[in-house]
Amino acid sequence: MLSSPFSRSVRLGIKSLFLHKLRSLLTTFGVLFGVSSVISMLAIGEGASEEAQEQIRQLGSQNIILRSLKPEEDPTSSQTTSATRYGLTWPDFERVAGTFPGVEGVVPIRNFVQQVRFEDKVLSNATTMGTTAEYQNVTGRILHRGRFIGPIDDIKRNNVCVVGYEVARYFFPGRDPLGQTIKIGPEYFEVIGVILPRVPIGASAASNAASVTVEIFIPIQTGISWFGSMNVEMNSGSRNIEMVDIHEVIASVKNAETVAQVAAASRTMLAREHPQNDYEVIVPLELLARAEETKRIFNIVLGCIASISLLVGGIGIMNVMLATVNERTREIGIRRALGAKRHHIMMQFLVETVVLSVGGGILGIGLGVLVPYLVEHYADMRTIVTLQAPFLAFGISVTIGLVFGLYPAWQAANLDPVDALRHE
Amino acid sequence: MIFFNLGITQNKNKPLVVVAELDDVARIYKMGDTEVRALDGVSVKFSSAEYWSIMGASGSGKSTLLNILGCIDTPTSGAYRVEGKDTKSLDDDSLSDLRGSSIGFIFQSFNLIPQLNVLENILVPTFYRNEESELSIARAEELARRVGLEERLLHRPTELSGGQQQRVAIARALMNDPQIILADEATGNLDSQTTEEILELFSELHAEGKTILLVTHELDVGKRAQNILTLRDGKIESITEGNG
Repeated sequence: MLSSPFSRSVRLGIKSLFLHKLRSLLTTFGVLFGVSSVISMLAIGEGASEEAQEQIRQLGSQNIILRSLKPEEDPTSSQTTSATRYGLTWPDFERVAGTFPGVEGVVPIRNFVQQVRFEDKVLSNATTMGTTAEYQNVTGRILHRGRFIGPIDDIKRNNVCVVGYEVARYFFPGRDPLGQTIKIGPEYFEVIGVILPRVPIGASAASNAASVTVEIFIPIQTGISWFGSMNVEMNSGSRNIEMVDIHEVIASVKNAETVAQVAAASRTMLAREHPQNDYEVIVPLELLARAEETKRIFNIVLGCIASISLLVGGIGIMNVMLATVNERTREIGIRRALGAKRHHIMMQFLVETVVLSVGGGILGIGLGVLVPYLVEHYADMRTIVTLQAPFLAFGISVTIGLVFGLYPAWQAANLDPVDALRHE
Repeated sequence: MIFFNLGITQNKNKPLVVVAELDDVARIYKMGDTEVRALDGVSVKFSSAEYWSIMGASGSGKSTLLNILGCIDTPTSGAYRVEGKDTKSLDDDSLSDLRGSSIGFIFQSFNLIPQLNVLENILVPTFYRNEESELSIARAEELARRVGLEERLLHRPTELSGGQQQRVAIARALMNDPQIILADEATGNLDSQTTEEILELFSELHAEGKTILLVTHELDVGKRAQNILTLRDGKIESITEGNG
């Protein structure tokens, strides 16, 4: 029944707390909510930053992406037909590919908006990307079947295309996509490969054209020779004609250290060549750093919120323990008369406070694990409960108990036995 | 010796040993500018196997004397020695040790700890000494049997009658086998029949060689002792022989 003095103290401490079940339960709530907010917020923050980092990593941490950007439209012009020429040019591409040190591979991407059709299945206004063989190396994308566009395809302007996995599933369910011919605009292209999506996709095939993630790659020179450099976009009542040489240039850099240099050089070059500001430079590594910074700020804010709730919880516990000490003054006197030293009394009340806060902590761990689960389930946000989180929470609640239990315990220990025994 | 003697083993002819001694003890409280001399020049020796009752009207200094005898208070001047140790020279921890080892307290209002059961209440004094708990439990059960509560070990104090609670308190006081049993109005809250039973227990303990110091204001109870010490205004008024 009785074992070590410590486990006996804990057992008898629990017994004392059970004497006032409701009061003890309510007292633990402060720590409960503090601890559960620490755990669930850490889990949500961790999940969000993990997700952001994964997205950024997919862009390639050693890549620099230059993108054509439509300049701000003049709000005074009310033309229904507008033709704008903007964006990156082939000379820009040559400069990046030829003169920047540390650049390993450069790939241009040109978007062609065309109707894509296979038999009776149509993807209207689908973006077909014209690119070169280097695309696969630079982006590190993985082929599911067949091969990617080769250098010869580009030089010979072959009518070949690589389709995304979802496109293949939509067009050719139950059939081998390789060797099939699809119609892009007015031209026919032979499918030579199927590329895996960037992010894992759901198990069910897209049921209608609108929900298909369209990815179709063709050799860039083939595209230019068939579709020219004009994209015509038809909207209700207006016609947009856009002339863009290259929509996107992806440059891969030898190592992470040179990313900043190349990014700076690209910005300088583009600023000089494009006074109308019709471009943007995306550096995933910078985004990664920004994501880290955001996560850090997020953690600080959450840390503050959690600290405040834990502080309030701790003060609540201290308050109740002070009341308990007052209530049990006589008991303290009895124990002192029966031979208890100051440190015994101190320990008794400290153990009770720690039991109280650890009880709250354990309940808080339960709630703190449940909340991320619910968030993941209902809000469709990714959460990660790290293994350290419950240990952290446990440590926090023990600390709270010790810190806020110290004063009431000290007060109990220093009661005069004579007065304590006379206390009614 | 771990186990408590159940029979009457004390040899009445054994020489008496002084276990506690008050030597010109004064206890002065300061209340603002005025001094209250609660005890003033009290000298008395308590020996082993003596049964004393300490009597006096309220305000006579009984409670103060009890506190000093119980080592929860120390004299302002003079000396109180328990088993040869001067309590004034002891620090708080040593006084606690002395209380735990040499003095068994019994109170008027029983003073059991409400959240603990009978067995745990009897065991409380052992919590503060490093004793092996299995032996302690055996001894606590033995003491419970002696005071007739072996059937109630797992009951809470609130489930017991006053007499039963006082029996638990007596068992608790005996737990560390102290030489001195200090009873403060131990029968004050009990009916006459229960009082008789408790006093019977004290007589038994006395016969076993314990020093019983019984603080009371009831003459009937006080007369059960061998010696009756009467206090008046902080001074010893008389020491008379009782019927014990």
